[in-house]
Amino acid sequence: MSTDVEKNVSVKTPSDRGQGPAGPRERVMSRTVAMVIMGAFTLYFLVPIWWLIVAGSKDQRSILTTNPLWFADFHMLQNLGDLFSYRDGVYLEWLRNSILYAGVGGAVATLLAGMCGYALAKYTFRGREAIFNLVLGGVLVPATALALPLFLLFSKVELTNTFWAVFLPSIVSPFGVYLTRIFAASSVSDELLEAARLDGASEVRTFFTVSIRLMAPALITVFLFQFVTIWNNFFLPLIMLRDESLFPVTFGLYSWNTQLNQLPELRSLVLIGALVSIVPLIIAFLSLQRFWRSGLAAGSVK
Amino acid sequence: MKLTKPAAAAAVALLSSVALVACSSDTGTTPDNTTGTDPGATSDAPMDSGACQPAGEDVTLEFTSWIPGIEGVVDMWNADNPDIQVKVQTGPNGNGGTYKNFFNQIEAGNAPDLGQIEYDALPNFRVQGGLEDLGPCADVMAAKDKFVDWTWSQVTLGSDTSVFGIPQDSGPMAMFYRKDLFEKNNIPVPTTWAEYADAAQKVKDAGGYITNFSQSDINQFAGFVWQAGGSWFSNEGDSWDITLDSPESITVADYWQGLLDKDLVSTVPPWTDEWNNAYNSGAAWTWVSAVWGANSIASGAPDTAGNWAVAPAPQWTEGGTDAGNWGGSSIAVLKGSDHLYEAAKFALWLNTSDESLTALNEAANIYPATKDGLNLPVLKEGVDFYGGQPIYDVFAEASGQVVPDFTWGPTMTQVYGDVSDSFKNAISGSGTLSSALTDGTASTIAALEAQSIPVAGK
Repeated sequence: MSTDVEKNVSVKTPSDRGQGPAGPRERVMSRTVAMVIMGAFTLYFLVPIWWLIVAGSKDQRSILTTNPLWFADFHMLQNLGDLFSYRDGVYLEWLRNSILYAGVGGAVATLLAGMCGYALAKYTFRGREAIFNLVLGGVLVPATALALPLFLLFSKVELTNTFWAVFLPSIVSPFGVYLTRIFAASSVSDELLEAARLDGASEVRTFFTVSIRLMAPALITVFLFQFVTIWNNFFLPLIMLRDESLFPVTFGLYSWNTQLNQLPELRSLVLIGALVSIVPLIIAFLSLQRFWRSGLAAGSVK
Repeated sequence: MKLTKPAAAAAVALLSSVALVACSSDTGTTPDNTTGTDPGATSDAPMDSGACQPAGEDVTLEFTSWIPGIEGVVDMWNADNPDIQVKVQTGPNGNGGTYKNFFNQIEAGNAPDLGQIEYDALPNFRVQGGLEDLGPCADVMAAKDKFVDWTWSQVTLGSDTSVFGIPQDSGPMAMFYRKDLFEKNNIPVPTTWAEYADAAQKVKDAGGYITNFSQSDINQFAGFVWQAGGSWFSNEGDSWDITLDSPESITVADYWQGLLDKDLVSTVPPWTDEWNNAYNSGAAWTWVSAVWGANSIASGAPDTAGNWAVAPAPQWTEGGTDAGNWGGSSIAVLKGSDHLYEAAKFALWLNTSDESLTALNEAANIYPATKDGLNLPVLKEGVDFYGGQPIYDVFAEASGQVVPDFTWGPTMTQVYGDVSDSFKNAISGSGTLSSALTDGTASTIAALEAQSIPVAGK
């Protein structure tokens, strides 16, 4: 669905440009080329999902023996039932954990990043640029490189194998600070803040009632980014967690997948589990992409 | 503009997040230390052993495994042993991350008491000082005779007084073959490798491949070498001798090279859908594999149900009775556990008692490493997929015939990686399987030296 939107947007671009001096034939040509390229990419991105949907609908036996891109028998409901009941519904626990880590973690990370970025953009103080540059440096450090040091740190305070071991590192988003600072600098006007102050609003109240609304597109963007980052963060849970009831869904599915040698029957659960696990991501994107696009556009127009 | 209170608060929040990033990136430059070697650990550091005494109070043990369904088995133990409670955690398999986690946790001092470790990974943990020696535990030493001899030598690592894990399962090898196709084409079932090569030609004439050569999973090849009486490593004291290119090993390599050169075996990457399909569609007729392979075929080639049978693996000498092994794991007590006695007691129950072994077999097809375990009632039944043949009888016999002297090295991940790369090259025409083993010996020596592990003759 998100690709539909992208398609519409980019298909418009060549035809808009075509209103210039270029002739109609050229317009058709470039339009066709664009369509073909877009079509190819759409196919490229959608085929794996299609495969997953098809595989999720098959029973253990037909997964391996029938055409991987077409339905054989419709076992999806039964597979779902198996998935949710396997080992007392541990999969649902994983799904809930993922939603907690990514949803709550993403929200807290967004709030922190928003406050930091706003402070950096709107208040002048000594060392402001130094702090900002340090945060920018944080953007460049891959999360994977931090996982092991974090494990040793968390071991010192005996917080490994707890909810916090995955949650706390997730609420830090240097990129979010960067983005919200840039956005706040351009979208929250100083005059407005002065006006709020003259009306007697405290700084906190100004932030939460005025600034945060103006920054909404950037915050939504940060939230989506962070949500996806946490959802897909595999290495940190791998290192931090031992207790299955704390696993996020990505790591849980990975565990099952490595156990296939022992128990080949897990294969259909891994497939249907993977299918179910992308649903929350799709929902997050569909419901929030509106804001995301207007957010990015707002920055560029200004 | 002066700094207002909320701004200060925001700045503090920002600073703390920056500090977190900054201080963690400092240490981020040395992530390899935990898994790399620290030269001191390679020397025979005195284990703080001798203390295999009951704690005299209630004990809770942590146990990390990746066996699906092991929770149910542990629950059985917990119900009967209120004074030794075991908390089991399952995660990805050893090479999928659990070994790395063990090393990290040993480094941080919070490793679980017990961990699942495959035989081929034990020497690595041993060399890195990650294991508690169970030798001082009288119960453990007394249990020696319960285990199939060769599994015991997998966990003693060449020592008479030390034990570094309790054998759990084993993977004796035999030959799965398409009984129907062999009969239909009047091809005798091979009992020696020479007959196997003849059969390969006949199978090819009938439009199939006798088997698929595993180019990227070197463990199968190691099993063949094992059966031929070769070994890839040996150690005396602390120093290691690397013999990937031992005469037995080269014999096996040349044999398979011959089949490859004549295009008598296929080379589909193992453990892929393509590979499953080769068995499911009748393109591949045999598989010399471990006991757990029974389920791999049954789930990967469902259309061929009832057409398979199991025979002893082909022999290098006529009338020979040697078997190889592929896989198997132990339960080890990880460095830092304070409850050696209780941990050993649980591990012994888990891996030797009938109730546990039966439950493990039912939950995850675990094939026991004990002599009595091979005769469990569940392992006496005929298996429908194999035309009702009681296939585990073949494996039970093979288990007793596994050559006892095969030794794994301390850097198996590197060995598997290097050799499988060279095997892939050999299959695509550059080099041979035997040159891959010669190269592998050289690169393994280099890898051990890089980790300051003593190499014999150096």
